[in-house]
Amino acid sequence: MALTQVTSPHTSEGASTSWVMQQLLLATLPGMAALTWYFGWGTLINITLACITAISCEAAILKLRKRPVMFYLRDCSALVTAVLLGLALPPLAPWWLVITGTAFAMIMAKHLYGGLGYNPFNPAMVGYVVLLISFPVAMTMWPAPRPLLPEGVDVPSLWSSLQIVFPILAAEPIDAFTMATPLDVFKQNTGQLVEQFYKSEALFVQGDLAGIGWETVNLAFLAGGIYLLARRIFTWHAPVAMLSTLALMTWFCFDGGSSASKGPLSLHLLSGATMLGAFFIVTDPVTSAVSNRGRLIYGSLIGLLVFVIRAWGNYPDALAFAVLLMNFAAPFIDYYTVPRTYGHDRARSALQKKD
Amino acid sequence: MNSSLGHKASKQTPQTEQSDRPPGFTSNTVSNNADAIAQTIEVREIHDFHGGIHPPENKRQSTTAPIRDLPLPDQLILPLSQHIGVPAQAIVEVGEQVLKGQLIAEAFGPVSAAVHAPTSGVVTDINEYLIPHSSGMSAPCIVIKPDGEERWISHSGCKDFHDELPQTLLKHIRDAGIAGMGGAGFPSAIKLHPQQKIDTLIINAAECEPYITADDMLMREHAEEIITGIQILAHILGEPESVLIGIEDNKSEAWDALSAQLHNSNIELIEIPTKYPSGGEKQLIEILTGTQVPSGKLPAELGIVCLNVGTAFAIKQAVCEGIPLISRITTVTGKACAQAGNYRVLIGTPVSHVLSATGVDEAQCSRLVMGGPMMGFTLPDTAVPLIKTTNCILAPDQSELPTNDFAQACIRCGLCAEACPASLLPQQLYWYGRSQNHERLEAHNLFDCIECGACSYVCPSNIPLVQYYRASKGEIRQHEKDKIIADRARQRFETHQQRIEKEAQEKIARREARRAAALAKQNASTEKVSGSTSNSSSENTSESSPENSSNNSTTDSGQSDLVKAAMARLQNTQTSPEQQRQKLERALSAAQSKLQRYEKQLANPDSTDDPRTADQNNTLLAKIEGARLQHQDINARLDALPAQQGPSEDDV
Repeated sequence: MALTQVTSPHTSEGASTSWVMQQLLLATLPGMAALTWYFGWGTLINITLACITAISCEAAILKLRKRPVMFYLRDCSALVTAVLLGLALPPLAPWWLVITGTAFAMIMAKHLYGGLGYNPFNPAMVGYVVLLISFPVAMTMWPAPRPLLPEGVDVPSLWSSLQIVFPILAAEPIDAFTMATPLDVFKQNTGQLVEQFYKSEALFVQGDLAGIGWETVNLAFLAGGIYLLARRIFTWHAPVAMLSTLALMTWFCFDGGSSASKGPLSLHLLSGATMLGAFFIVTDPVTSAVSNRGRLIYGSLIGLLVFVIRAWGNYPDALAFAVLLMNFAAPFIDYYTVPRTYGHDRARSALQKKD
Repeated sequence: MNSSLGHKASKQTPQTEQSDRPPGFTSNTVSNNADAIAQTIEVREIHDFHGGIHPPENKRQSTTAPIRDLPLPDQLILPLSQHIGVPAQAIVEVGEQVLKGQLIAEAFGPVSAAVHAPTSGVVTDINEYLIPHSSGMSAPCIVIKPDGEERWISHSGCKDFHDELPQTLLKHIRDAGIAGMGGAGFPSAIKLHPQQKIDTLIINAAECEPYITADDMLMREHAEEIITGIQILAHILGEPESVLIGIEDNKSEAWDALSAQLHNSNIELIEIPTKYPSGGEKQLIEILTGTQVPSGKLPAELGIVCLNVGTAFAIKQAVCEGIPLISRITTVTGKACAQAGNYRVLIGTPVSHVLSATGVDEAQCSRLVMGGPMMGFTLPDTAVPLIKTTNCILAPDQSELPTNDFAQACIRCGLCAEACPASLLPQQLYWYGRSQNHERLEAHNLFDCIECGACSYVCPSNIPLVQYYRASKGEIRQHEKDKIIADRARQRFETHQQRIEKEAQEKIARREARRAAALAKQNASTEKVSGSTSNSSSENTSESSPENSSNNSTTDSGQSDLVKAAMARLQNTQTSPEQQRQKLERALSAAQSKLQRYEKQLANPDSTDDPRTADQNNTLLAKIEGARLQHQDINARLDALPAQQGPSEDDV
């Protein structure tokens, strides 16, 4: 009888990395649906394009690196990056924008560092920032949400959406209705009290929390995040720390609604990429701090940076920058947040030498 | 963590009659019953520990039948080292007849445990055999061929252990070769003789590993002996204030059996929530007392001694009946085993015998695990024997414990950190282990890892984390050994260097002395050769030598002696002007004859020779010239000699 020689333990829970990734994909569905409802087919086209690009890039690089292609593709991590980037990019963005961003994310940000588990930066956010810096105009062309379209105009059909994304399909260029995002609109406000502004600006008239469409999208991502928390895919520490710091900063800097106000709490929590970031980006385990204490610090510093850049920076939203900056800091945070081990009086630093 | 769960504990006091507890009660009914019974029930606060997992228990398969005996095997293989510490030393020889219970190998040194013959028979071999060890290594074993007669050696225990001194009882335990039966195998006599005063005795009846039910069945069937064993332990330890039995809440029948035997004792039977690894010594201590054993320290330093319930049973047998540790209860289970259950096996029984006797289909089972699925190790061969620490043999089929998939990349999801009962960061240890960063591994407290396997169990990427930790620990230990050797070598080298340096310095000193001497000699000879008529030169010499000696005398007196000797020799050569004159006169005559010979050659060339070339003539002329100069020089020195006589005689 040939006896297998393996080390303990001989049993395991049966969860797999691809199951974790699939749960993550599943949790993006409400947000994806909300985006599609308000902004049309663009988001789905983005995601499809990004997924195709991500899988081709990953397969090509794995082949180049002489790794078993199917084994690594099965972990679904490429799809997660692609879907997150597809959700973050403006719907109806030109095809080359999506492909460039995704390819950069997969090749430069993920595989040049060694692939899954080795990348210091969140690949989706690297792709996003590269596009934002290189193609600022294309990156800020968000379509108008469905309720704000002029009388008699609907969101573009699937065919016209495809024609917008791939202009080659159209005989003559098709225009989509675009408009500024709530955070952008709010940033441009110079003369009005917040209350007046909320009453005059169409975005806020119909969506008095954080702008029509956007608040629903954020609530949908929040729902997905709560699902993931319930399934124990990640711990509450990073997202809760990020959201509460952002809330605290907003509350602290809100002056009651003057024209110089940095925006009310609801706007910051439910607009832009706040919820997508809090539950799908900040929680990326590969690039965040590892201990729970570290994740509290990591999350709250992202929340702080998001507010600082939104309030005083040049960009209306700041999640990608904040996340990347804190990705830099994550190993440093790890050094000083090693938990107290059983039988030790106190936690020690990872840099501490042997006594 | 440390949130107190504060329930499920009962303390039996003299007034309480243990009610007939229905089997299969839940933890709630415990407290309800407890409340209902009397006011005498105290609630001990119990604590939680960080992490932990809930793997499928799989304990029912082996608890349906009572403990059974196995037929005698053809041979018994008894490793000399079945415990932590120094191996025992064989005191029997091949061919010797031994009786059941006879000492065949005695403990060597304090941290060691004796080995006894599990049955009567003949010693057939003392040699290296495969032993149950995770590394699949061989070690010295005594092999006994049973004669089937089971003849006991005469043995007897104490009548009443209360009358005995703890020292006497400890001797019984040591002589019986008892080592911790929960798995570690630490000699019990050492553990029961701590330096510190013990106020808490903990009996580990948690048995948290899946599949294993050896302690469970032992408690069900031998509760009375176990309680007596615990009382012996308490007596040895000077009657600690609290005597606690920690038992997981999935063993209701064992709970019943034990609590029926508590009677008038002060033993507290405490039910703890089922969670792996609550039976780890450190974890159980935290659950029951709320304190953590400091890293690198023993529980005794907190006034705690923790022993396995099986050990308590073995100690009772040793003390009260004089029966050494020659058999134990072992669970044989797994889907490949037809008659899963608990068996009373003789120590040394080959696994192959156990497998055939319990109906294990060897074709079905993909691996054989000694111990449980979480911490057990696979056996390389079925020829290995069962030993004192073997609590389970697991014969799973392929579907039960499937072979692991290939490991995927670590995504630092942190599930391992959530599961770690030692509050480590397993994912960081894994990364640092892979990069062999020993400094960081130690900063992350690698050596506090108890290798329970909870991290690997929850890892979604199937990474064999524990294997990495074992490898890293091994590397670091090896590294430290190497470092000690290297340090010693460096020390030796440095000492050697120092010695060489010292020798070199002494050599230089000696050379300096010689040079000084030579200098003095040279001075003297210059004075002689130049024939400097003056007193000044000799005065110089006589002046310089005291100077030298005074300079050197402070540093090296030996050197000045050398200088004096050299001076003396020099003076000896100087002292005879007559000899010098004779020498010069001899040189003068030699030079004259040389001059005459050359001149003759120049004037009358040999007829036989070839006519001389111009070159040859020139050479001859040069030789003549040189000889003439030499002649002049010698004449001059000869002339100068009488003038020298005066001062040199003065000197003398």
